[in-house]
Amino acid sequence: MNKLYLSKPNINNLYIYIYTGFFLIFISILDVVFNSFFEINLTTFLPTTLSFTLPLIIGFLGLYLVRIEFTGIKYLDQLNKNINTNNFNALLTLIIIFAIIKTIPPSLSWFILDANISGDSKEACTGTGACWTYIKIWIRRFIYGMYPNAEQWRINLSFIALLALGSVGYFATDKFKKYLTLYYVVIYPFIAFLFIFFFISGGPIFFEFSYGMIAFGLSIIIGFFVPKKIKLWYFLLVPILLYISLKYFFFYEETIDLGKLSGLNWVETGAWGGLSLTFIVSFFCLIFCFPVGMFLALGRRSELLLIRYISIGFIEFWRGVPLITVLFMSSVMFPMFLPEDFFMDKLVRVIIAISLFEAAYVAEVIRGGLQALPRGQYDAAKSLGMGYWKMHIFVILPQALKLVIPGIANTFLALVKDTPLILVVGLLEIVGMLNMAKTNPEWLGFSMEGYVFAAIIFWIICYAMSKYSYNLELKYKTDR
Amino acid sequence: MSEPIIKIENMNKWFGDFQVLKDINLSVEKNKKIVVCGPSGSGKSTLIRCINRLEEHQKGTIIVDGVELSENTKNIEQVRAEVGMVFQQFNLFPHLSILDNCTLAPIWVKKLPKKDAEELALKQLKQVQIEDQANKFPGQLSGGQQQRCAIARALCMEPKIMLFDEPTSALDPEMIKEVLDAMVNLATAGMTMIVVTHEMGFAKEVADEVIFMDEGMIVEKAETKEFFANPKSDRTKLFLSQIL
Repeated sequence: MNKLYLSKPNINNLYIYIYTGFFLIFISILDVVFNSFFEINLTTFLPTTLSFTLPLIIGFLGLYLVRIEFTGIKYLDQLNKNINTNNFNALLTLIIIFAIIKTIPPSLSWFILDANISGDSKEACTGTGACWTYIKIWIRRFIYGMYPNAEQWRINLSFIALLALGSVGYFATDKFKKYLTLYYVVIYPFIAFLFIFFFISGGPIFFEFSYGMIAFGLSIIIGFFVPKKIKLWYFLLVPILLYISLKYFFFYEETIDLGKLSGLNWVETGAWGGLSLTFIVSFFCLIFCFPVGMFLALGRRSELLLIRYISIGFIEFWRGVPLITVLFMSSVMFPMFLPEDFFMDKLVRVIIAISLFEAAYVAEVIRGGLQALPRGQYDAAKSLGMGYWKMHIFVILPQALKLVIPGIANTFLALVKDTPLILVVGLLEIVGMLNMAKTNPEWLGFSMEGYVFAAIIFWIICYAMSKYSYNLELKYKTDR
Repeated sequence: MSEPIIKIENMNKWFGDFQVLKDINLSVEKNKKIVVCGPSGSGKSTLIRCINRLEEHQKGTIIVDGVELSENTKNIEQVRAEVGMVFQQFNLFPHLSILDNCTLAPIWVKKLPKKDAEELALKQLKQVQIEDQANKFPGQLSGGQQQRCAIARALCMEPKIMLFDEPTSALDPEMIKEVLDAMVNLATAGMTMIVVTHEMGFAKEVADEVIFMDEGMIVEKAETKEFFANPKSDRTKLFLSQIL
């Protein structure tokens, strides 16, 4: 006959302990659920303090009773191993479970149950929860900024086209795989720039965009028939020559004649905004800051004193100033140093400023990776006769960059979340548009919904990026 | 007597204030196998690292295959392409497969077409008997296999001289033999070799000459049989009595 010891759960009377334990846990959770969902207090007959902590005590006892090692019951063993290893962990587990249960009803009611989405004015929002009508009405502004409604298809089309061009890597066959790096590092950003500068910006220069695309397409088609030896020179020179010849010799007269084909309306960058501007700024800053940062990192470790000190000076300068002052400088001070007739768009200035700023951070991250490599790798590469650039391109950088993927992802996430700061120079990306919308007299008092909306959007972007960086890490993992 | 392929004259090297190498004079003829031994800290590794200028010497001259090592980067790269080196810690490139480790330098330094480079690499890997591991990554191989791959990688550059910097010191005892076998094969094939090692068995079997170094100086240099039978200096005798 096995004796029952309440104070010492053991495996002999396993099921008695398990049933009692889980019954107690169930009671405690039930109490909290009733309390938070139906506002019924099951234990009103007890003193307030005791009534408040009772579920914790009961649950704690229950977890204590089921804490039996090596029962052979898979789920129970897992439970004990992961969240019920000792009294302290049991208590933490309970508190976390209760906190989750407590927060579900209010957030659920704010987000969904008491929220309004129908209607198209402030008056439609009668519930006590969120007023999603506000987001619904303003969504175009949040996505496109002040970009004219009739022209927004241009943004959509550009983004869809860029997305499609960006996904080429997934479908590339082995034959084209080796060109992918070149494509993503040089050609793709260039196409993106063409799209954004000529298509989204529009205006008479739209024709230049079409010349560019025609020149580009033609040169690729002809490129297949060009001998291998001169291919590099071919791709460096011919597209530009084609473009110039198209512009000045073939279509110039026609474009003037065809007045009706005057192209797309020009939309100045000041009118761009919302989420699309967030994407544009983030995209170009990410693309520019990475190579600049990489060269700075190499420069800082260079044996040539001049290059090293220039790199150190650059990095320490940009790391030492706040981004907000950099943005002010770029929009207020910078034009003063330029010649009178030289004009550089505000958006371009901002993108350059953010890129240089983040490049300094990227440089330090990459330098960390370079320093983590053992000296033997340099020795081995040198002993095979590789010079500085070959050694870095084929041996050092691939390993160093692989090491710093988490750090780079960190910097890039910070960059994306820094983009709202451009509102200080009058460019209104999504948070800027929210700020503007919430001060609209018709829609006062909905800042909460706006910020929650922006938070969700940013979370989706950033989570996707961090997931992607994690995948990259796995993909390039070769040490096992 | 043919012209020496490596000629070192009055070479001195300092690390800061500490003099690692003192007045080294050494000439190595083609197809000779030299074993360098000595207690740790005696400058053996530094000496052979100077031969392909992984370390700079501050005084004296080093002439490798008619090219003097100096500040001139082009010369150095040329010499390095002709001098293969195998390291104590293997130093394979962990992000590349075994085959890519072997073809990287031939393709980008010697400008061999990819197909030829791969053929050559497979031939060299076959020589050291790891051609079936060609598509694995260095991290998946044992220490002995990695070191043999490192030898194959150096050979893919078709060097005139091979330098070995304690190639078996980081290996488990049972793996030492496979690496030494590969080196013996290489020696039989007539490669000019300079080997820093503590494997006296290897020295007796292969070496034409043995050099004993201590405190940055060449204490004794003799033909292999002579070196082991009648060491001249007391320091060498002491060292040999400890190690044998």
